[in-house]
Amino acid sequence: MKSASDIARDVQSGTSSAASELDVALAQIRARNGELNIFLYVDEEGAQRTAAALDERIQRGEQIGPLAGVPVALKDNLCQTGIPTTCSSKILEGWRPPYNATVIDRLLVAGAVPVGKTNLDEFAMGSSTENSAFGPTLNPLDTSRVPGGSSGGSAAAVAADMTPLALGSDTGGSIRQPAALCGLVGVKPTYGLVSRYGLIAFASSLDQIGPLTKNVRDAALLLEVIAGHDPLDSTSLPEPAPSLSSHVNDGVAGKRVGLVRELIDGADADVMASVERAADALREAGATIVELSVPEFRLGLSAYYLIAPAEASSNLARFDGVRYGLRVNGDDVTSMMEATRTAGFGEEVKRRIMLGTYALSAGYFDAYYGQALKVRTLTINAFARAYHQADFLLGATTPSVAFAFGAKTSDPMAMYLSDVFTIPSNLAGEPAISVPFGTGDAGLPVGVQLLGPGRSEALLFAGARVLEIADGRS
Amino acid sequence: MSLTNGWEMVVGLEVHTELKTATKMFCGCANSFGSLPNTNVCPVCLGLPGSLPVLNARAVELAMAIGVALHSTIAPSTFHRKNYFYPDMPKDFQISQYDLPINVGGFLDLPDGSRISIERAHLEEDTGKSTHLGGSGRIHGADRSLVDYNRSGVPLVEIVSGPDIRSSTQARDYASELRGILMATGASDGRMEEGSMRIDANVSVRKVGQPLGTRCEIKNLNSLRSLQRAIDYEAHRQTVILEEGGRVRQETRHWDENLATTSTMRVKEEADDYRYFREPDLVDLIPDEAWQARIREGLPPMPAERRSMLGARLHEPSDSLLGAVSVVVDLDLDAYVSSARDAGVPAELALPRAANELATDLGGLSNLSFEAFTATLLMERSGELSPTQAKSVLAELLASGGEPRAIAAKKGYEQLETGAVASVVAQLIEEHPDEWSRYRDGDEKLAQFFIGQVMKRTKGQANGKDVIAELHAKR
Amino acid sequence: MSEPLRREDVAHVAKLARLILSEDELNRFTQQLSQVLEHAHDMNSLDLANLVATAHPFGLVNVVRDDVTRPSLDHDVVIAMAPDAQDGRFAVPRILGEAP
Ligand SMILES: [Mg+2]
Ligand SMILES: [Zn+2]
Repeated sequence: MKSASDIARDVQSGTSSAASELDVALAQIRARNGELNIFLYVDEEGAQRTAAALDERIQRGEQIGPLAGVPVALKDNLCQTGIPTTCSSKILEGWRPPYNATVIDRLLVAGAVPVGKTNLDEFAMGSSTENSAFGPTLNPLDTSRVPGGSSGGSAAAVAADMTPLALGSDTGGSIRQPAALCGLVGVKPTYGLVSRYGLIAFASSLDQIGPLTKNVRDAALLLEVIAGHDPLDSTSLPEPAPSLSSHVNDGVAGKRVGLVRELIDGADADVMASVERAADALREAGATIVELSVPEFRLGLSAYYLIAPAEASSNLARFDGVRYGLRVNGDDVTSMMEATRTAGFGEEVKRRIMLGTYALSAGYFDAYYGQALKVRTLTINAFARAYHQADFLLGATTPSVAFAFGAKTSDPMAMYLSDVFTIPSNLAGEPAISVPFGTGDAGLPVGVQLLGPGRSEALLFAGARVLEIADGRS
Repeated sequence: MSLTNGWEMVVGLEVHTELKTATKMFCGCANSFGSLPNTNVCPVCLGLPGSLPVLNARAVELAMAIGVALHSTIAPSTFHRKNYFYPDMPKDFQISQYDLPINVGGFLDLPDGSRISIERAHLEEDTGKSTHLGGSGRIHGADRSLVDYNRSGVPLVEIVSGPDIRSSTQARDYASELRGILMATGASDGRMEEGSMRIDANVSVRKVGQPLGTRCEIKNLNSLRSLQRAIDYEAHRQTVILEEGGRVRQETRHWDENLATTSTMRVKEEADDYRYFREPDLVDLIPDEAWQARIREGLPPMPAERRSMLGARLHEPSDSLLGAVSVVVDLDLDAYVSSARDAGVPAELALPRAANELATDLGGLSNLSFEAFTATLLMERSGELSPTQAKSVLAELLASGGEPRAIAAKKGYEQLETGAVASVVAQLIEEHPDEWSRYRDGDEKLAQFFIGQVMKRTKGQANGKDVIAELHAKR
Repeated sequence: MSEPLRREDVAHVAKLARLILSEDELNRFTQQLSQVLEHAHDMNSLDLANLVATAHPFGLVNVVRDDVTRPSLDHDVVIAMAPDAQDGRFAVPRILGEAP
């Protein structure tokens, strides 16, 4: 598959066209979507209109943005005007948002062509895309295995060569983990770097939208387009989008890389081996490797599985059958709300709403939610300490390569544990990238993770690019 | 009213006031009353998935202005979510300030000299509005409800008083004084009948000197009259229960204006668990010194100060003149009085004209310039217009605007020449010899009789002073 | 905090969250949520007394917008979303109690 930057260059120069690039994407979607269950909705007509309009502008000699004619897949928790948006839940049945998420407006301004909405774990709650009301997505690299989650559909779309770019959202690892399991680059940006306006919230203080791509350069390009201050999001960082693509080839010479024991311990041997070889590759590129222990990272999981459900329990209250989406009738308004929510939400969503409601309820707030917020502080402090010794950190993205369907569905705790390495960055609001490095069991890709302080994306992209080259991928 | 038999009531008020902003609290929809249902709504105030709130700077400034006027401390504050399911609340949580409100403490002085403490005045968002179909139109007995979200997200400030109020009259005075302050700050239009100011009253009773009793909360009182009556009713109800040896149950009660009673709305339940937590979509609000100073400096004088400013201009402040001062300040008519007074009209004349004549037609004020008001009173003062004529000119000005002298001319209010007055007086002396001789014998009351007769005959066009001069001359 | 989660706690929470749980779900959730809460007890070993709670990763303050109107949604679009509507309003079945 052509890279996004190549497509944009060709479309802008007239050697290709947005319409023909879209045709390539649509053909691949038609060929494989039935089997893999990646797109919940393909907006063929809308995409064709967008592409035709771009081609017309190019013919008139206009300069389009950096993503001219590049097809993009969107996780189905991003609102797009007039396009069904489901969060993979029955509760949003029939709802078409009357507005665009800020990231979608920015994609359009940059000349990208949104092609459709991808499957996810319902309301982004899960790590395998098995919790979708519309059935699981298959991992294109091995269809007996999960693509990861919750942005499993977006990851699979890129892995299956349907689109070169996809957007996902990452609350506790939901971009990085499927990127690792599908052999992609996945970025969880600094909290506030990308506007959340139009992203259907799971846990507001943790959610970030980010790219899933085949290579580091495309990820930097896409993040540059969607980043930057948005007045519609009060938690949006005040500064404009940083320059990222220009730093991709900066290298890591002279950088100190912290190899964090808590981000490796407990991982399978194949994963551990990849991380160690990644450390070697960075060292060969001129970095110094410092071995670190950050014990606080182990507590992240506990804090996360209280904070995220607590916020979710409140964010998901609005799905009550009154204003949009599903309604199941009842005798009175309370029964209607109960019937609607009971029928509309899947089991994992209910489990987390229950957990979050409990954590916030009278008598338990201080012991659970209050305590978790303090552990969050502890995590932030721990990161800060680590950054005295290292410029960025290195670890595994996931404990294992892609696992089989059903392997963890009966045991929520086991599923939650697969987020253990990705959660600390969300708690701290700091950026992290998963980049494929080597292969593990069954020839499946392994993802290694680079973590940095707030606003250090350029540094992380440079590190990821070094690994990409060392791994033999141009 | 106050209670007898050694009982006293303990009342605290929670006043919700809608803020007079152009837009809602967290979105750019118009904050306006009376639009077609669900026309001032957007993804944010409808709580659509993915939407996010952004705080209205003007709402913050009006809240600070209220705080300054109530002598509160403006404090670093945060927003919380108050979680409960209700169809008029689009997100099924209300964004409100909880443990860290923007205004902390303060007090409000009443005209009678008493001081009511203020606990807090915090920002929060309003809900939508339901209409109930079937039954009596009230929520109970209805079989279906319709929701309009135009009001959802309108900025509110909730002002919580201390439990310092001891009578329903004091409660009324507090609410009325607070309303004046809210209007003076520009925060509110004070229109209780439109629901832009709503009051909840916490009422308990106790024997004087005893600890606080169990309180009941009466919800949504939307006139000063209802407030006063509801408190009286409720305090009496509780006293009767206690005198009969019963116990007051803590509950929320509803005031029925027609029945003039309160009734149980809901008993406080264990299920009232709002699961408050920090609103993660909003950041801390920490108004710096410069911002606060700008608000303090921009604040106009409050009613108490305005009353004393107007009152200070009276030579002999009688009760009725002081009453007029209150009316003038309450109705925001001080500028008329000041402008007339600056032109030489005595406050003793300008005050009653404003408090009586202008007060009857507030809607007509847009037709009446300060200059026209002043000019009319100057004509009255010089004797060009009689008091009756001046009032009628003011009424005409309020009704349809214009220029006082032209209106007076049109109405034929040309005053009679002194000579003409002399001839009318001479004629009347002839017609009423008895009255005339009694007047000559020193019965001064009869001067009024002759003045009345002259006015009748001249259709009010004579100047009273001319008549008296003539009577004296002929005596 | 060390008290085990009881079935009735789960039932109470379901009521607060407007969810109806079957007997089966009630049992399963009690067991599963207990497990997660138990895992959370590892936070107990910490001395967190001197730490402030972090609700936000970055300390932005005073993010406000000007009081300027922006276009609202088209009324037809709004009402088209409604599962049930009447007279330009969202219709719901009878409401049994006033707002708390
Ligand atoms: Mg309130
Ligand atoms: Zn709005």
